[in-house]
Amino acid sequence: MFYREAGQFRTTYEADGQILPIRQDRIVLLATLAIAVVAVPFIASPYLLSAILIPFLIFSLAALGLNILTGYAGQLSLGTAAFMAVGAFASWNFVARIPGMPMLLAFVLGGLCAALVGIAFGLPSLRIRGFYLAAATLATQFFVIWCLTKISWLTNYSPSGVITAQRIEIMGYAFDTPQRKYVLVLLVVALLALLAKNLVRSNVGRSWMAVRDMDMAAEVIGIRPMRTKLLAFAVSSFYCGVAGALYAFAYLGTVEPEAYSLDLSFRILFMIIIGGVGSILGSFLGAAFIVLLPVFLNIAAHGLALPTSVASNLELMVFGALIIFFLIVEPHGLARLWQIGKEKLRLWPFPH
Amino acid sequence: MKLLPSIVLGTLLAGAIAPAFAQEQFVALPSYRVGPYASGGSGFYGGIIDYFALVNAAGGVNGVKIAWQECETEYNPSRGVECYERLKTQQGGATLVEPLSTSIAYGILDRIPQDKIPMTMLGYGRSDAANGKVFPYVFPLISSYWSQAAAMVKYLADKNGGSLKGKKIVHLYHDSAFGKEPLPVLEALAKQQGFELVKVPVAPPGSEQQAQWLQIRQARPDHVILWGWGVMNSVAIKTAQRNGFPREKILGVWWAGSEEDTVPSGDAAKGYTAMSFNTPGNYPVLDEIRTKLYKTGKGNLADQARIGSVYHMRGVTAGILFVEAMRTAQEKFGKGKPVTGEQMRWGLEHLNIDLARQKAVGAANMFPTVKTSCEDHEGSGAVKVQQWDGKKWVAITPNWIVGDRALVKKLIDESSNKYAAEKNIKPACMP
Repeated sequence: MFYREAGQFRTTYEADGQILPIRQDRIVLLATLAIAVVAVPFIASPYLLSAILIPFLIFSLAALGLNILTGYAGQLSLGTAAFMAVGAFASWNFVARIPGMPMLLAFVLGGLCAALVGIAFGLPSLRIRGFYLAAATLATQFFVIWCLTKISWLTNYSPSGVITAQRIEIMGYAFDTPQRKYVLVLLVVALLALLAKNLVRSNVGRSWMAVRDMDMAAEVIGIRPMRTKLLAFAVSSFYCGVAGALYAFAYLGTVEPEAYSLDLSFRILFMIIIGGVGSILGSFLGAAFIVLLPVFLNIAAHGLALPTSVASNLELMVFGALIIFFLIVEPHGLARLWQIGKEKLRLWPFPH
Repeated sequence: MKLLPSIVLGTLLAGAIAPAFAQEQFVALPSYRVGPYASGGSGFYGGIIDYFALVNAAGGVNGVKIAWQECETEYNPSRGVECYERLKTQQGGATLVEPLSTSIAYGILDRIPQDKIPMTMLGYGRSDAANGKVFPYVFPLISSYWSQAAAMVKYLADKNGGSLKGKKIVHLYHDSAFGKEPLPVLEALAKQQGFELVKVPVAPPGSEQQAQWLQIRQARPDHVILWGWGVMNSVAIKTAQRNGFPREKILGVWWAGSEEDTVPSGDAAKGYTAMSFNTPGNYPVLDEIRTKLYKTGKGNLADQARIGSVYHMRGVTAGILFVEAMRTAQEKFGKGKPVTGEQMRWGLEHLNIDLARQKAVGAANMFPTVKTSCEDHEGSGAVKVQQWDGKKWVAITPNWIVGDRALVKKLIDESSNKYAAEKNIKPACMP
């Protein structure tokens, strides 16, 4: 009923190939975007913006990056946080060392640096796959963090190795309040998400999926595995790099290696597992789940006046149990649940 | 799907648990009691809360009771920022924050002047925040890492008859921001006093140090500075014993000088020395905490044996400093009513806790006298050296040690002015 498609005719190839073929989906998406851009900055509290929505959007972008690599191209990676760190440190250095560097360009250049590092560490994927590749990408995590603590040029010889991020200023307009930072992050994430959605629908995305499903067969039908895999590494690392730069500049306010620990890589991996591997929407759902659940549990425990140590242990337990529950009940993640729900709604109230 | 109900419920709950407390002074405590550094966090925040509870039981500061709220950060910068954002608006707004974590402190460093909430950093970085002209809202009270490093060198020089010329000192450090912080001071002093500085990093968390201690043994140093944190400390002590390196020659930083570091090392730790800004021992204020709080079941620590332990005493010290800042601010801005964050900042900048004041709160000589000003947000820079006798810590320097203050001041000015230039801050004292 909610998805009644009767009367929606697609008469051109353009109409047939659009991202959201059902009119209801288009309306909901546009309305959500409109509310997110126009209404949310005015009605949401600074806490909601700066402590919930901004990290949610940034982690969505990082999860999107990992999803391109792992979900679409089938290359398991544990180095997501390292690529984010490269993006953050590179952007910081571009702004610090080149006078008059536009901030957005610095983010893009930071992403490109991450892409280069991604290509370098993606090279082993040509020979190894699966768990072995995961172990190889783990090396990225250790190597990048080691470099960042070791080479003090990267932190401009700061005695402690922790540097504060510069103010975000774009064309003389300072993004220094939670509202402005939120709008900036939202626009960057929305743009890159649209790009990713189109990318995975294009022949590039199809070749990624072909390599993921069976690389031998893909090679036989004329897909060059080397180029495809390295392109996936580059694009994925670019997304992670931009996410890392936003994480440092729009959320943390500092640029430091410890913020990009292995723990963060795992969290982003959980996001795509819970959200849905190989799904753009899944990246957002997974990020929302992982960002919101601990905060929600924490606030709930506080409402029940539990001591903080009990509260945080409870948080870990509930979190772990939910992850296991999801993996057993719906291994394809929240995105798949939404898809099932949508199909049910199409037939409702007369399932057959 | 998941997002909307969570937000709605979350805001409802947050609204329900934050009624207005007009006559209370609210302090934000982004604490950590789980995770790898829980032992330090629980002791430190336990100490602060115990002291606050004690002050409240006696009627508060001129009748104003202290309110506080904890938020678990797990020592994670991202969680810490979220906690700060959540706590800062609770109960009419936070007027003081203490995250006890370098990363979290850095993460909120730019936000606190905007929110007008002073932040204390009791005994951790960033050292150059002692310059109140550039960092008006940041207070590395008592002593920063740089003052501590200078005091360490002073102590070692005194031990060697006043000069370290021709000696060899190993700096065995946690390879992170924390471990690298004292390097500018140690390097400058090595050049000035003519001793050789050998830098040996340990990759975090530092649970394996065989190679490092082999290197140390080959270098035959006169002293080893152990700039460690967490599990690294007890591993260092045990590995030193296994390699036959005398523990008396090891001097730990104050994050390597608690019961949690020495007790797990067993006999290996006997004779080990470490820095502290507390004189170990018993004080009237600790007795009061025992009788008035723990006897009635209102104490914060689960294990009563930890009362008066290094981390607990450090927390009590922090509590005393906070309460004295409130008192100082109330004396200027009106007694008997809570002060704002800006007024609290003024109070922290005009602290004057001499021996008489320490006696009045039952903590005479528990920590050095603290006198802050706009130029000096540290207020002391004095430390002590303590030694583990196998059962407890004993102070082995009767007087407070102060290192080369002029050198530290010079480095603070250089570094903070660089920060000011980067951030377009015009250094100036606030009224």
